[in-house]
Order: sequence, then C-alpha cells, then structure tokens
Amino acid sequence: MSDSQVVVHGAAEGAHHEHLPYQRHHFETYAQQSDATNFAMWLFLLTEVMFFGGLFTAYLIYRNWYYPAFVQASHQLNIFWGTANTAVLISSSFTMAMAVWSAEVKKKSSLVLYLVITFILGLVFLGIKTIEYSEKIEKHHVPGFHYSLQSFVNPQSDPEVYKEYKDKPLPYDMARHTEIYFFLYFAMTGMHALHMIIGIAILGVMIFRARAGAYTTGHVTFVENFGLYWHFVDIIWIYLFPLLYLISRHQ
Amino acid sequence: MSAPHDKDFESIEEHEHHHHIVSPIVYLTIVGILLVMTGLTVAASYVEMGMFNPIVALAIAAFKMVLVVLFFMHVKYSTKLTKLTVGAGVFTFLVLVGMTLSDYWTRAWGRW
Repeated sequence: MSDSQVVVHGAAEGAHHEHLPYQRHHFETYAQQSDATNFAMWLFLLTEVMFFGGLFTAYLIYRNWYYPAFVQASHQLNIFWGTANTAVLISSSFTMAMAVWSAEVKKKSSLVLYLVITFILGLVFLGIKTIEYSEKIEKHHVPGFHYSLQSFVNPQSDPEVYKEYKDKPLPYDMARHTEIYFFLYFAMTGMHALHMIIGIAILGVMIFRARAGAYTTGHVTFVENFGLYWHFVDIIWIYLFPLLYLISRHQ
Repeated sequence: MSAPHDKDFESIEEHEHHHHIVSPIVYLTIVGILLVMTGLTVAASYVEMGMFNPIVALAIAAFKMVLVVLFFMHVKYSTKLTKLTVGAGVFTFLVLVGMTLSDYWTRAWGRW
C-alpha cells in the first residue's frame, strides 16, 4: 500500500513514475492528489462561509435593533413558496450526491441523468424565486426610490398578509427600517441565487462532458468538488429559510 | 504501452483508491430525514413558543447542516485534514457571529 508499490518505469523515462493518466506529475500518488484537491475546495468554501457569515451577522444585528420592523417585514414572505423551494433544493442536493455516486461507480448514463435532474431542480428553484421577487416588485418592497411603506404603516391596505397576521400599524420611524430587512433579504437571497446561477451554468457544461465520458474514467474529482459547492449552496439556504421566513411568525 | 500496461494502471488504481463510496441507501435515508426536518421546522413556526421559536428553527437548521456536511459532503469518510478544515470553518464562523453579537447586545448594559 505504500509508495514502494508504485511501478517505476525503465531507464528510458528516467525518474518518471508510472501513474494513472489523470495523475499530475507533482503528486506522489493519486490519493495525495485527490486529498489535496479536496482540501483546496474546502478552503474555497471557508472563504464562502466568511462571505455569507458577514451577511448573516448583519441580519442578526439589524434584527436585534429594529425588531418590530423585521418581524412585520418578514410577514411579507410567502411560507408556501419558501417551503417548496427548500424541498426543491434538498432534492437537488440528493440528486447531486447520486451523480457523484454514479461517477464513482462509473455509470455514465445514470451520471448524465442525475446531472440533468439536478440542473432542472436548480432552474425550478430560480423559477420559484422569480415568482417571489416579482411579488416584492409589485408591492414596491424593493429598497430604493420606489420603496413603499404602505403595508407597514397601514397593514390593512395589504389584506392578504393582514388576514393572516393581524399586524398593528408601525410608527413611521420604525416602518422605515423594513427597508433594511428587504435590503438584506435581496442581498442574501440574491447572492444565494447568483451562486445557483453559476452552479447551473457549470452543471450545463458538466452534462455535455459527462455524455462524452469525462467523469466515468475513475477520475471523479471535478464532479465530487462541484458536489461540495452545490451542497454548500444548499446549506446556505437551509439557514436563510428559517431566518428570513420562519422565526418571526409570532410576536 | 500495450495491453499489460492497462493492467498496471488498474492495479495502481486499486490500491491507491482508498476512496470511500457512500451507498445510495445512505443518501436516500438522509434526504428523507432532511425533508421531514423541513416539514417539522415549518410546523414548529406555527406554534407559539416565544423566544424558543428562533432557537428551535436554528437548532433544526444546524442538525440539517450537520447531516449534509457529514453524508452528502462525505466529511464523515474524509481525511483528518478535511475534518479539521471544516471544524476550523465552523469555529471561525461562530467567533465572527458570537463576538460581534455579544458586543452589540451588551454595549448599552448599565447605561440605563
């Protein structure tokens, strides 16, 4: 099991080790190469954790400061679509895990199938997000010059939300801070959606390469590391969903 | 560069590939638990629990994250280096959130 088992080629190739076609020269073994790549991917994900961590921290601080505004603003989110999207994203993580498995056991057609399903589920997620965003645009809940405080200084003007939560009108000063909630809502879900769009684009390329047999040769690093990225994006949503949609239903 | 060569590659691959393959049954179980937990966290949000609503929601989210990290992301089967890296990430994140929030929450203590 040690390095001594690596077959060393004849004098013609000099000190060149015999190795798998996809092993880079500067690694002793393929295991070392795949461990190094895996480590690098995790380091990248740590930078992503710190990036989203800043947004989460900002959200928690402002929620603590402008609590009534954050509670009422979060009542604007649609729990049905949020839950549906969580289910879609978790399912896409599952199909991505199955794609990695397919690559590991070298099943090309099943790899392509799972990548395609993951791709479609990613698009469904973005589709649902579009429905939610367009609702915010219609109600003028996008931060900026056209932001409207109607739903918060006069909750009864927003009958759909009012009948569910019976919110009392917020004083103008506090109502203004709902804009910060929506700023963070769009920043966080927007950055998350951007990660989804990048992921879906890479998935598109992967589907073509997988059909050509690229990942079923025993060299699964790319599919595996993309899987890590996709699951990471799923984890971000696992936190965004309760923080933005769920924790302020009462009060 | 002929037939016996491919054999060599295979034998190298065999003992260099200590790679653990997680079975689909594990993935199915995990996705099942994750979907049930999603239902649970939505149901819990409809129950009035005061300050425990966010705590329960975040605890469920943390549990779901651990399942995703350990099984979907293979950390349970990874090298010590990867485990340490993931642990360092969680720790640093908690320092970021914990230290910042403890500052904001305690800044006005004793001023009223």
